[in-house]
Amino acid sequence: MDVTIRVKRQDPDAEGERRLPYWQEYPVTIADNATVLDALIQIREDDDGTLSLRCSCRSAICGSCAMRINGHAGLACKTIANTVVQDGVITVEPAGVMPVVKDLVVNFDLFWEKIEAVDPFLKHMGREPEGEYIVSNDAMLHLSGVTACIMCGACVSDCTVLEVDPTFLGPAALAKAYRFTADPRDGDSDGVSMERLWALSEPTGVWDCTRCNECVQACPKGVAPMDRIMAIREQAIQQGYTNNNGARHTDAFTDSVGHSGRLDELRLPIKSVGGFTNMPALMDYMPVAFRALRRGKVPPIAHKNVENVEAVRRLFRQLEPNPPEPQVSNNSPFG
Amino acid sequence: MAEVLQHDVLVVGAGLAGMRAAIAARAGGANTAIISKVHPVRSHSNAAQGGINAALLDRGDDWEDHAYDTIKGSDFLGDQDAIEVMCRQAGASLIDMEHMGVTFNRDDDGRLGTRAFGGQRRARTFFVGDFTGQALLHVMFEQLIKSGVQRYEEWFVTALIMEDGHAAGVMALEIRTGELHLIRAKSVILATGGCGRLFEPSTNALIVTGDGMGLVYNAGGQLMDMEMVQYHPTTLAGSGVLISEAARGEGAYLRDKDGNRFMEKYAPNMMELASRDVVSRAEQTEINGGNGVDGCVYLDCTHLGEALIMEKLSQIREIGIDLAGTDMIREPIPIRPGMHYIMGGIKTDIEGRTNLNGVYAAGECANVSVHGGNRLGANSLLDTIVFGERAGNHASEFTRRMSYPEFDINGTMNRERRRIQEMLDRPENGDRWSAIRRDMGESMNRNVAVFRNEEGIEETIDDLHQLRRRYENVPVHNKGKNFNTDLIFALELGYMLDCADTIAVGALDRKESRGAQFRTDYPERNDEEWLHHIVLTKGDGGPVTSELPVTITKWTPEERKY
Repeated sequence: MDVTIRVKRQDPDAEGERRLPYWQEYPVTIADNATVLDALIQIREDDDGTLSLRCSCRSAICGSCAMRINGHAGLACKTIANTVVQDGVITVEPAGVMPVVKDLVVNFDLFWEKIEAVDPFLKHMGREPEGEYIVSNDAMLHLSGVTACIMCGACVSDCTVLEVDPTFLGPAALAKAYRFTADPRDGDSDGVSMERLWALSEPTGVWDCTRCNECVQACPKGVAPMDRIMAIREQAIQQGYTNNNGARHTDAFTDSVGHSGRLDELRLPIKSVGGFTNMPALMDYMPVAFRALRRGKVPPIAHKNVENVEAVRRLFRQLEPNPPEPQVSNNSPFG
Repeated sequence: MAEVLQHDVLVVGAGLAGMRAAIAARAGGANTAIISKVHPVRSHSNAAQGGINAALLDRGDDWEDHAYDTIKGSDFLGDQDAIEVMCRQAGASLIDMEHMGVTFNRDDDGRLGTRAFGGQRRARTFFVGDFTGQALLHVMFEQLIKSGVQRYEEWFVTALIMEDGHAAGVMALEIRTGELHLIRAKSVILATGGCGRLFEPSTNALIVTGDGMGLVYNAGGQLMDMEMVQYHPTTLAGSGVLISEAARGEGAYLRDKDGNRFMEKYAPNMMELASRDVVSRAEQTEINGGNGVDGCVYLDCTHLGEALIMEKLSQIREIGIDLAGTDMIREPIPIRPGMHYIMGGIKTDIEGRTNLNGVYAAGECANVSVHGGNRLGANSLLDTIVFGERAGNHASEFTRRMSYPEFDINGTMNRERRRIQEMLDRPENGDRWSAIRRDMGESMNRNVAVFRNEEGIEETIDDLHQLRRRYENVPVHNKGKNFNTDLIFALELGYMLDCADTIAVGALDRKESRGAQFRTDYPERNDEEWLHHIVLTKGDGGPVTSELPVTITKWTPEERKY
């Protein structure tokens, strides 16, 4: 197959034009089942020794070759070229969010700082058993779905929050955190990781995710980081960590819909920050409120019920005594 | 000039063996650093799929049974004292890893579950799906973070500094900046992995280039049994990527083009789960005899059922779909023997010490001789953890009361800087590293593979002489500083050529068939003349061979049948 690989290149250390990003096109002939990585290796070996990229295992286990292919992050070694070629061209760019070191190589410092920030090692309170911990196979299989993460950074590359807010822990670190909060061996004797759940409920943690789903799309290993973030929220609320904007927002949302059948957009933000006692946070809203006022976008002050509100309330009542099962298995390590 | 860095114990390589060694050395109180040309979690320990062996006493298993299986697997070339150490320690090391957080699959009672693996009479392979190596590697990295070991990530070691016959440090290139650094050390532990990329194709990752073996060889150290190269029975057609032995462990069949389970001719008792050298030879015999299809035979998992495959073999299923377009749930996948592992390596004792004072080695780059002529599946992860820890412990103790060896720091630094600058300054004509490496890989895979003979090996030795001449002028097209992989690959090729020489010379020297070495001109094992190790050191005209006896404790060599 003949294909042109269009590579976004950059050498921030160079003098002159190459300091800035530029595009270079490489026409190559590759096998029909070749991966994008095969094509890039061929370029590096046969055409252009100055092209820099990371790669090693060629089988989606080392996590080195995450990059943007036609605009979306993925592993070059797991992407068959002929499935992504568009009009004879495949566009390849470095991963996003992280700064470029050279060409397709990005600086992972930010990525690893966030991983280290979640205390990424098992913390068992109390004595270790003499032999192995006794835990269910289901609990381990569930965790293995998360430990399958190869730290390739594809999720971080495409995270729409990290793009604008580098303080967010981000999808990879939070999935890593979940790997411990959901581990029956981590935390107290019931497998509850209280300290972790407290820390993760703070700003920069699980409540900063906007649920855009990009990380789920980008992940080449099916880890679904966003789903793990949602599961941590659930765990944290269950353990009573509700004194934060995220948990209050969730409550206010539920209260409003459960009561009137629709969202009370005026009171939602007030309840989310903890009501009128939290004046500093409310003051922060003022510029937004003024802009909304000027453009006539203020929600109605009188909040009305939907027509058939009783039906909605009935639904809520049906759910209340039996709250949905948490998505988390927290089997005790001792039984 | 950049500042001089210094550490009591410096570990080179951050796979399982290296990280285990660093954690142990740090726990022993040594100022410890680890240096790796890739980030630790990118290391090739990742690729171990099937599991890790251990005989757990409370399961009714016995470490002596594990030892015997390992010794038989090694075709009696393994050193039995080292094998005893490994098999005795296995249970404790396994439980350590579980306590650190590895998510091992469980049995119905919530205890660690096992699967069957090749060459062993009972199921003692513990596993995490089919990505055990990755699971262990990431957990070991978590422990490394916790340990406080200094990390130099994406630094490439270009030279081992020896002073007065004692390790004194390394020279290393910081890949991100192109800066050359000198790191002083009282001891250096090499844990740099194998050298698989000098074969083409190979299951090995592109980083597996024999760096540590090359460093030791050039510093006057000993390599041993380098001719013992394992061809894995199930590598994917085309890309040569590994398909785990776990597939056969879970019950998959090998079939020829007509659907016959040909292993009954070669290993009527163990069938598909005979040791790897036996299965690879059987496959190659069938393929050479015209019973394959396009140079492959078939691995048939279709009778295992979707549920089992999804729970225990999901990663290799994905690889089959991604790279061969074949879903193993529905159809057999084409496979063939492919270069996978080197049993040979830097000769060490059971504490990881080499013949060079202050230099240790552990993991695939080392040869403490637990694998001998053929490694059993799932013994390599065990090897890394057991002997990584021992090397770290010993090095930590060894450096406790010694001071840093004195040497001419500026002179050493300048010499190495000049050597690298000369490579960068070469004219751009001449064969690139990629062409030389491909020619080397093809020659090795043609003549030093599953079946070997004198004529072929000599042809490859000639090829290697030619390749070395081409290498002397190898150009580096990238003249830049930051992330100059063109330069790194050119340097790695030097290590690979050294390793290739020793493999070919060892294979020519051993005039018998044992384990992975099968000589069609000497098809029998010959204990009278060849029950010994082959040691290789660097001489003026290439590798020089000598002999070392095999350590036999209580298992006398016997005929090997599966």
